[in-house]
Formats: sequence, C-alpha cells, structure tokens
Amino acid sequence: MKVTLKVWRQKSASDKGKIETYKLDNVSEHMSFLEMMDVLNEQLIGEGKVPVAFDHDCREGICGMCSMHINGEPHGPDRGVTTCQLHMRMFNDGDTIYIEPFRAKGFPVIKDLVVDRTAFDRIQHAGGFVSVPTSGNTQDANAIPIPKPDADKAFDAAACIGCGACVAACKNASAMLFVSAKVSQFSLLPQGKVEAKRRVLHMVEQMDKEGFGNCSNTGACEVECPKGISLENIARMNREYLKASLSSSE
Amino acid sequence: MATLDAKIPEGPIKDKWTNHKNKINLVNPANKRLIDIIVVGTGLAGGSASASLAEMGYNVKAFCFQDSPRRAHSIAAQGGINAAKNYQNDGDSIYRLFYDTVKGGDYRAREANVYRLAEVSGNIIDQCVAQGVPFAREYGGLLDNRSFGGVLVSRTFYAKGQTGQQLLLGAYSAMNRQIGKGKIKMYNRHEMLELVKVDGKARGIIARNLVTGEIERHSAHAVVLASGGYGNVFFLSTNAMGSNVTAAWRAHKKGAYFANPCYTQIHPTCIPRSGDYQSKLTLMSESLRNDGRIWVPKHMDDVHAIREGKLKPTQIAEENRDYYLERRYPAFGNLVPRDVASRAAKERCDAGYGVNKTGEAVYLDFSTAIMRYGKEKALVEGEKNASEARIRELGEIVIESKYGNLFQMYEKIVDENPYKTPMMIYPAVHYTMGGIWVDYNLMTTVPGCYAAGEANFSDHGANRLGASALMQGLADGYFVLPYTIGDYLSNDIRTGEIPTNTPEFDEAEKAVKDRINGFMNIKGTKSVDYFHKRLGLVMWNKVGMSRNEQGLKEAMQEIRQIREEFRKDVLIPGSANEMNPELEKALRVDDFLELGELFAKDALERTESCGGHFREESVELDGPQEGEAKRDDKNFAYVAAWEWTGDPGESIVHKEQLEFNDIELKQRSYK
Amino acid sequence: MSNSGLLKSSVARKVAMALSAFFLMIFLLQHFAINITSVFSAGTFNELSHFMGTSAVVQYVFQPILIFGVIFHFVMGFILEIKNRQSREVRYVKYKGGASASWMSRNMILSGLVILAFLGLHFYDFWIPEIKIKFIEGDWTGALTEGGEPIRYFHHLRHKFEDPIRVAIYCVSFVLLALHLLHGFNSAFQSVGANNKYTKALQKFGVAYAILIPLGFVFIALFHHLNH
Repeated sequence: MKVTLKVWRQKSASDKGKIETYKLDNVSEHMSFLEMMDVLNEQLIGEGKVPVAFDHDCREGICGMCSMHINGEPHGPDRGVTTCQLHMRMFNDGDTIYIEPFRAKGFPVIKDLVVDRTAFDRIQHAGGFVSVPTSGNTQDANAIPIPKPDADKAFDAAACIGCGACVAACKNASAMLFVSAKVSQFSLLPQGKVEAKRRVLHMVEQMDKEGFGNCSNTGACEVECPKGISLENIARMNREYLKASLSSSE
Repeated sequence: MATLDAKIPEGPIKDKWTNHKNKINLVNPANKRLIDIIVVGTGLAGGSASASLAEMGYNVKAFCFQDSPRRAHSIAAQGGINAAKNYQNDGDSIYRLFYDTVKGGDYRAREANVYRLAEVSGNIIDQCVAQGVPFAREYGGLLDNRSFGGVLVSRTFYAKGQTGQQLLLGAYSAMNRQIGKGKIKMYNRHEMLELVKVDGKARGIIARNLVTGEIERHSAHAVVLASGGYGNVFFLSTNAMGSNVTAAWRAHKKGAYFANPCYTQIHPTCIPRSGDYQSKLTLMSESLRNDGRIWVPKHMDDVHAIREGKLKPTQIAEENRDYYLERRYPAFGNLVPRDVASRAAKERCDAGYGVNKTGEAVYLDFSTAIMRYGKEKALVEGEKNASEARIRELGEIVIESKYGNLFQMYEKIVDENPYKTPMMIYPAVHYTMGGIWVDYNLMTTVPGCYAAGEANFSDHGANRLGASALMQGLADGYFVLPYTIGDYLSNDIRTGEIPTNTPEFDEAEKAVKDRINGFMNIKGTKSVDYFHKRLGLVMWNKVGMSRNEQGLKEAMQEIRQIREEFRKDVLIPGSANEMNPELEKALRVDDFLELGELFAKDALERTESCGGHFREESVELDGPQEGEAKRDDKNFAYVAAWEWTGDPGESIVHKEQLEFNDIELKQRSYK
Repeated sequence: MSNSGLLKSSVARKVAMALSAFFLMIFLLQHFAINITSVFSAGTFNELSHFMGTSAVVQYVFQPILIFGVIFHFVMGFILEIKNRQSREVRYVKYKGGASASWMSRNMILSGLVILAFLGLHFYDFWIPEIKIKFIEGDWTGALTEGGEPIRYFHHLRHKFEDPIRVAIYCVSFVLLALHLLHGFNSAFQSVGANNKYTKALQKFGVAYAILIPLGFVFIALFHHLNH
C-alpha cells in the first residue's frame, strides 16, 4: 500500500519545527507502525537526508518508550495498544497520516517526535515508593495476607507503563491518570498505606509544579490508555488527597 | 595459560555465603559517604544495585540509555520469578532450586554462585512484597505460585504476564526514594562508551549524553556493569531495539574477560518473522506450551497447499499431523526444555515442513486443550449433553482466562484468531547466558569493575531455566553486590574523590571522540541497519541453533569482512553534537561486529554440545538418546574466559575448571 | 503544605468546582420545583414566589450564597480553562478529541458561557424587576397588582413568555444546560472521589437529571407561551 506521511520535524528543543510531507510506496499491511517508520528512515538516509528521530525500545508494548500522536490520537486509531503494537492494516491504501510528538507543557520536545518525559520521573521521586530498606530482612512475604480483589486492583493500577498517552490525549494535558495509578497501587496495599497521606500530597504537589493541566473528567485518558488504566484511580486519588489534606499533620 | 581465581569461599556449600559475608571487609557508614559508585544500566540488576548501594550510604551515579530507568528491558519479562519458598509444601528447598538450576544449565554453571542464588531467592520475594509489588494472590490473601518448564515443583511467583514489569517498577521505586534523597544521581539518555582505568583499577567511565551529543567524564571508586545481554548481535531477537553489548564490550577491551559468549538461549515460542522489514521478534510466554500442542503436517503436499493458501491447518486430519515433540520425547512431550524444543522446530523446518511463506514456522495448537477444558467445564456447569460447539465455546472461555492477554497480543500482530486456528511460532534469540567473567564477588578481571545480571556469565551455565533471569538480576543487585563490593572499597576510604582531569581520562575521552569522528567522517553509502542485518543473518545461519566447524569458520571470516566493510562504507547522517540515533546504532553495531566474531570463535572451540550450544559433530550416535546433544564433561567442564588482544579472532582463552562436588554430573534426558 | 495545597492544588480546584456544582444543582432542582407549580396553579406559584422573595433567610442568607456560588463556579471555570490551555503551549496540527471523549466534556466552557449569557437575560427578565420593587422602591408587601393591573410573579412570567424569540432563546439555553449537566453531574461526583459500586446507578441518575430538569424548564416556557 501507499501512504502519505505528514511528520513533525523539529531539529532541537529551541527550533520552531514544522510538518514535512513524505511519501512511501511500498508499505506492507503486516508491518508495525514503527517498522513503517524504519522504512521511511532508510529511505531518507538513502536520499542523504536526516532520518526522523522517535523514541522506541522494546517494541512489544511494555516499556512505554514509544510516544507518537498519530492522526490526532496518542498511539493511533487502535485501542489497547502502544504505537509499536499498531499495525499498518489499521490504515488504508492512499491514506494521509499525521504523526506528531506527544504535546504538553510538561513534555517539551527534544527532537522531531522525541519528547522529554522526565516530569513523570520527578513525580515518582516525590513519593512513588514505599520507604522500606532493601535489606531483604523485612517480614516474610506471606506475613500480611492481602485480599485478592485488593491485590488485583493494585496490579491493574500498577500495569501503567508511564508512556504519557493520558497526558497527550487529554485536552488539558493533565497527568492525573498516571499519578493516580501510582497513588492507587500503593494505597490499596497494606505496605503502602502507612505513608499514603504523605505520598499523595507530595506527588500531587510535584505534578502541579510540572505544569500539567487540571483534570476535567473527560475520560479521554482512559480510552487512549494502552493498558486500560481506569478512571476509578483518579477518583481514588481525589479521595486520598482530600483525606490527607484535611487530616495530615504536615 | 593462566588459570582464573574465582575466589570461591572455603567450606561446605551451604555455609559458603554466610561465612564469606562474616569474613569480608566492610566500610563504615561515615566512610561510605566518601565513596562514589557508577552503575551502568537500570534493569533489575542495575536498578536494585543502585538502590541498595545508595541506601547503604554510597554515592551512586546511575546511567541508562532510555529516557527513564523504568524502561530497561527487564520490564518485558513475562512469566515469573523463581524462589525456594516452599509455600506450596511440594518439597521445594534451596537445594532443589540449586539442583534444578545447575542441571537446567547442563552442568556448565559455577556451583557456589548458583547455591548462593538459591539461598537468597526467598529474600527477593519478601523484599518485593514489602516494596508494594502486586504479585498474584489466592483468595486467602496469600501469594500464588505457578509451575514452569524443566522443574517438578511450583515455585514461580508472578504478576499476570507482566512479572518483569512489576519487579522492575519495584526496583525503580526503591531508586526513586534514593534519587529523591539525592543519594542516586540519575543520568537518563546517557550511554557508556568507555571504561576508564587508573593504576589498573576501574575508576570511571566516558559517557555520551544522547540528547546533546556531549562527551562526559564520570569518575567513581568502582564501576558496576548491569547492562544486560547481547542477543541483538543476531539483529532479530526478543531484546529491545536498544539492548546492546557496548558497555560490556568496552570493559572487555579494557581487560575484563568475556566468558562463554556462545551460550545463547533460543526461545521456542516466538511469533515468526513476517517480512524483510521485521525489526524485532515478539516472545509468547513459555506457559503456552502447557496447553498447546506443537505440530507440522506429515505430508509435503499439505505443506505446499498451506503455503499457497489452498488449505487451512484446521482442515488437516489428525492422522496427517506430525506432533514431533510428542513423537520424539514421549516423556516430556511439548514441555521439553527451551533448547530442545527450539532445535526440534528448526529440524522440521529445515526438512521443509515449515508452515508459512518463509518456511520458518510451526503450529502451536490449542484445539485439543479447548475441547478438554470445555468438556470439564460443561460437566461442572451441569451441561451433560452439551453440543460440540457449546463445548468449544466453554473451552475457549477457559483458555481465555489463562492466556487471554497473550492471545490478544498474537491477534494484534498476526491478524489471525488463535482460538479458531492454530498459532504459528518459531524460535528466536532471547537471552545470553554468556557474559563478562566474574568471580564469586561479581568482580571482573579488572579490579573495581563489577558485572551483575545478564551482563555477567555466572549462574545459568549453558541454558537458563524459565523465571530464573529475574531471580538472578535481583539477587545480584539487592543481596550480593552490596556486600561484596564493600570488601574491595574498604581499601578506598582514604582515596578521596577521583579527579577527572587526569591523563587517563584525557586519553579515554580522546579515544571516544576520535572513534565518533571517525564514524561521522566515513560518509559511506549504506545505513547502519544494512550491516546489522547482514551480521544477524550470518549469526543466525551459522552460529544459531545448530553449529558446525565449517559454518563457524565461515562465520568468523564473514563477520570480519562485514566489519571491514562497515568501517569503510557506513553512512551516518546528521552530526555528532545532537541527538543522533543513527550514530548511537553505529557505535553499538561496531561492537557487535567484534563480539560476533569472538562468539563464533568460542562456539568453534567448544566442540561439545551443551545446553543452548549445539554442535552437529557432537551427538549421541546410538542408544536411546540417538541424535540428541552430547556433552563432553571430560574435556569441556570449564568456563571459557576470553582475553582481548586487539583482534577478536586472536583472543586468548583462559579456562576456569568447573568442579561439581554437590551435584553428580548426568546426562539430561527428556525421552 | 496541606493548607496551601488545599487551596491551590489542582485536585483542590477540582473539588471546589464540584462543590459549587453540587450547590447549583440542588438550587436548580429547587428552582424547578417552584416553577413547575406555575403550570398547575397560579396561586401556589404566587405564594411560593412571595415566600422566596420576602423571607429574610432566603434573601439575606441563601441569595448571597447563591450569587457567590454562581460567580465562584464561573470564575473558577475560567481560571481552569485558561490554565488548561496554558498546559499545552504548542497545539496539535491534528487533534481528534471526539475519538476519546464526549462533546459535552470537551466543551464545558462553551455550554457554560451560553448559560452565563442566559443568566444575564434571566436576571434582566426576572431578578432585576424584583430587586427594583423590593430594594429600590422598598415595597415588601408582595402586592400582586399595581393600579388594578396584575404585575408580578405569575403574571410577570406569562408576560415574559409571550415573545417567541425569548422563548426560543430560553429553550436553546436549556439544551446547553442539559449538555453541561450531562457531563457536569457525574464529573462532580468523580472529582470528590465518589467511585464505587453505586457509581453505575448514580451515572444513570445523573443522565436522567441532566435531561429531565432542563426538559421540564423547556416545557414550562413552552406551556406559558402557548397558553397565553
């Protein structure tokens, strides 16, 4: 199949950037989207041009590195997949495909389609952990039974891959889904409950500092999330935050 | 020929680690503040090591090429993590885990290291649970276990099909705590390009900032390499696109011996290649072999009809199918270890029975399991006269609850519904058991340079069992390295900060810059991937699942040739002073092109078959094991540790003789 | 930190928005309950109107709170909208918001602005005349006539809904109010952290509320227009 690509090109963070148009003639429907990008880059190198920089690593939908905004949606038109799991069979012969970086004030562009998502790391530094030593001499793993539904819900929240599609999809560029997934995972487990108040206050504070928008509950994040992280987590975080700010001694 | 000192502690195997910990030197907490440690790689081994070392008080500088430590490829591990907890009361013990691992590794691992691994395995689970890792649980609230290939007990802890992700996020959260405290300084999007030695000791690294292209000097009192395996030397593998050997190879060229490079695990259940544009291969968890039956058509006419699309696999009658694993290995059937299953698939495909267009695929069929589970479920639900369609429907529900996410993944990639038609699978490169040689303390042959996780060679011998990679990475990082490194660093409490304005750093930085400029100035005609794909093809065809003398010799020659061409004709667009993914790839592929040759050389010298290394010349000629791999304990019960001499083909081998005092050497039989 | 966080954090702003919304939704229900009586009985409507218009508690306690609530809700709405726009400095060339979120949820500012404009008209129509009578002219008697001509409450209502253009504006505004509520009702519950096994039922109730209340107002307007 043939496709026309409208790709965001930006030399560096300080460059203004613009859309460039490329044509590819020999695309197989069995290619993954990133393999199609590989073909584009090989073509550009052959023409003596600079290939398109984009983030990618595991190419099996778990590392969270790939981050393209394709035809107006993060990770493209398919549901429950990352860009690397998107296949060209989702498109038709002759399609024009817009490819842009994830856009948010909290995710500045580094080059072309590569954005800086270290804001997510800083939010986690602020409290995304349980303060236990790594000595291994903690209590036995089975010392505290955890109800299966709680453990399952904690897992569902922990399945977040930190790709940032929630921010990219949100009309407000809000990072609430990501932050709430982390807050939820720990607040659902007895190990994390001990410092739950401190955690939610600090993580929300850092999230706000990073310049992400406010959640207006549009639900776009949940729909676009490749791992199906639920909005329920945002409600839980709101609850945790209210409880913590009203009762915390900090 | 020099012999290597593995520094295995004296005493009975079960006391070695405890005694060793009691005797080694420690650094007092006040002095730890004066000591810097560099950790390269932030996967399970590097992440857990960084967190533990920082917590002990050392100043840690951690490096990863990804944009966040959380994205290291440990995240992609699916199945689980082994630990000798014996929660199931099925007779598991430290000894049994130790025994299974040594046997699974085809008796080519170091006993003392493996025993220590088994010994600390239980602590890993305690640690992870305390960190908030959401392992699967039973309704009683206690941890659930599943069983894995090659063992007789249920000792695998898991978090759905995303165990690696959850464990890595656990280690990452421990890192976050220390980053927040300022004890870890994190360098994302940085790649180590050189090891710096001062007075023979590892004292720092040269790294490239992948965003700005800047070449940076970083000093420390010790350097830990936790940079993973080198499966990407095959171009196509289940590794992440960025996984590379560079950090390990640079250390190797600075004096760290590289051990058993030819031990590579080829995983039998991966999604087959679909075309030349293929960039990587996707693993389907080994657990699928619990319920899937592997087959190819018995008759060549059927094979042709399938390839031409005239026949569907479901139309082939039972008696015209060759369930070759069940035929060859009646005792273990579809559950033979990974290396055996992979070779058997290759054997059928080489004989022309491959079932897709490329001729490199076999079927993994769930229809028998679907009907079996369906019947069971129908009885449980009280539907005694359920129709066949109803039974199938119920069976599909059971299969979905067990493997739903994997089936969905398969359907997304291949666009076929695996509930209705058999899956196609083919083996792919997955894990490298070989790596940098380390002693019992995980120190390489360069003083002060350590290697942990997949980057070292020590625990899996010639074949790794499922769910053991995660165990080893975390054991090294949380519980081994933090103790053993103190023994070395106790001599460094008065050294003070290592300056970076010394001739050693000048020289190392210059070497890196010259190398980069050299590549930028070639301005050849072919892309990096062009060469990488050629290298991969040679590796796969001649140094892959089965190897012979002639092929290996040719491979060494061909790799050398590709390397020479690469260094003359590669084209790298853009400049070195910016983010330049092509330059990053070129530097990695250049190292792969050297490693590949050593890899083939190691395979050539090891004329026995063991684990993942199969030499066509070394098979059982008669008896019940006819045609199976034949190990040669008399001549090859050693670790081949290679010393760099300036040319991979001229590397010198040092042998560490393996002694088995606690386990009797036996032939692995799965018949 | 908790104190400043409670005032300034993004979560706190959401909660404040939700609390003012709850208040306004309750007010809306009460407003509807009184208005619907006008369809059945002019007398009841007049009595209730008189009570609301002259009760000291309503006039001096609830009315200021209501005005504050309205102003707070829309000022906060503007602030959030501006902040949210700032959080994406470079816009997408192609953005398919409709693929993942409803029109209502993405256009609360639009429906909100229409409702705000409507409130201006509504105040001009009903509130300002009442204020004039009570606070400027000082007439707290609640007399229904002036010079023998009926002037207030029910009559006033009928009179205002003579004009088809006004009725049309009212109806359109109520449609926008419905759209605003279709997202707003459940969004407010989500913002205060209500998400449990009752959520599904609550969501259905929210949809019913969001459609039925504005529809009721439309009915009242049309009823009086047609029965003039």
